[in-house]
Amino acid sequence: MNMNDIATLTEAPGTPTPALPPQGGGSGTATSAVAKLAVTDIHKRFGAAEVLKGISLTANAGDVISLIGSSGSGKSTFLRCINLLEQPNAGTIALNGETLTLTRDRDGSLKAADAKQLQRLRARVTMVFQHFNLWAHMTALENVIEAPVQVLGLSKDAAIARGEALLARVGVAHRKDHYPAHLSGGEQQRVAIARALAMDPEVMLFDEPTSALDPELVGEVLKVMRDLAREGRTMIVVTHEMGFAREVSNHVVFLHKGLIEEEGDPREVLARPRSERLRQFLAGSLK
Amino acid sequence: MLADYLPSLFEGTLITLSVAGASLTIAAALGLLGAAAKLSRSRALRTAANLYTTVIRGVPDLVLMLLIFYGGQVALNWAAQRLGHEDYIDINPFVAGVATIGFIFGAYLTETFRGALMAIPPGQREAGLAFGMSPARVLIRITLPQMIRLALPGFTNNWLVLVKSTAIVSVIGLSDMMQRAGFAAGATQQPFTFYLAAAGLYLAITTVSLLALNALNRRYSAGVRWAHA
Repeated sequence: MNMNDIATLTEAPGTPTPALPPQGGGSGTATSAVAKLAVTDIHKRFGAAEVLKGISLTANAGDVISLIGSSGSGKSTFLRCINLLEQPNAGTIALNGETLTLTRDRDGSLKAADAKQLQRLRARVTMVFQHFNLWAHMTALENVIEAPVQVLGLSKDAAIARGEALLARVGVAHRKDHYPAHLSGGEQQRVAIARALAMDPEVMLFDEPTSALDPELVGEVLKVMRDLAREGRTMIVVTHEMGFAREVSNHVVFLHKGLIEEEGDPREVLARPRSERLRQFLAGSLK
Repeated sequence: MLADYLPSLFEGTLITLSVAGASLTIAAALGLLGAAAKLSRSRALRTAANLYTTVIRGVPDLVLMLLIFYGGQVALNWAAQRLGHEDYIDINPFVAGVATIGFIFGAYLTETFRGALMAIPPGQREAGLAFGMSPARVLIRITLPQMIRLALPGFTNNWLVLVKSTAIVSVIGLSDMMQRAGFAAGATQQPFTFYLAAAGLYLAITTVSLLALNALNRRYSAGVRWAHA
């Protein structure tokens, strides 16, 4: 299922992958096998409530990691800490060995010390949102080319060629001139995936990508994600779809009350849960 | 009879249009600043903006106009004399009128823009940031275009009221369309004819602007699904 085929990572036509130039302190791992994404000991408090109590996660090239857990377990918050949409209170984030430099904000949480470094990381680690968040004043194609043109500096023609190819790949090429309000949920989410792919990212973050969809539209989005996994994309997916976690991901992480309760090979972990909490969670989630 | 005064009326129309246009520019700038202040993290800015909109929206335009024109004159001369300036300074009625109307409508546009900004779902901005855009780029590419389309209906309404409000600059001696109609009415003893002509000219200005703003609205609302759809 997971080919670890790095060559296919740069399948999108156009520019070569602009690597993040190494900067600041690297993570401690050996240079020969630097993890694509290494997140360590993330803590997050909302007021008095500590929702993340020290979570670490390492993704190597081609990994598809499913984050599962009941609502309130902190899985979405953790995902949003990776690209600093949420500011963690402690922890480190490193992409290809380059550690994001963090500094203390006034409220005690951590923010990027160097805005440019954060923007580079975000351009390389793109996100697919639960509620799609397609820009409402742009057509499907405009949504897909916006960040490649504005952030990567791709020429408009190159971006359009790349965008049209990606929209065709996720099966919405015929809707490219439509605005998000006139697309179905499944179409919007596939456009959003194309938008995330258009950056030719190192890692893709999916925040419950099928939770806001009508049941009959879930399949079309999961199929696209399966194809991405098959071609070797590095993905971290917060999901309630146990079928996806079991069949597509090569690593599953079960969060409970802000801590990793259990993790490992999904066939192992989901088939023979060791902890009582995971057993209860799996019994409640039916699939 | 009307024909004799038409050139004068049209000259007044140009003054009315320049007062309206200049006021709108000031009002839009103040409105953007006010909306930004109201939504800012700073308590002092929020308080200042709230004071501004509360006071301005609670006092009649005519009262503000007279206060700023005469009060401003007194204050300016007092300050000038304290600084050793001898001559009496007259405030230009055009400047006073534009400043007052801009200041008044800045308060209304503050509310219009603030409402529009608040109506943009947070996920729109967040998606921009998540793809590596700087906050300034998010503002230019995502927030402002969406704010414009959400603010246009309220903006249109404010513009129509603003155009009509310019009639009050005649009380501070500016020869706008209204004042000229008044003089002509007095000189010819035909008030109905000239006030009707003035009414027709105001209506012409507002009608043309409505058509233009509706066209703009259609352009900016591409992709909006209206509530009834």
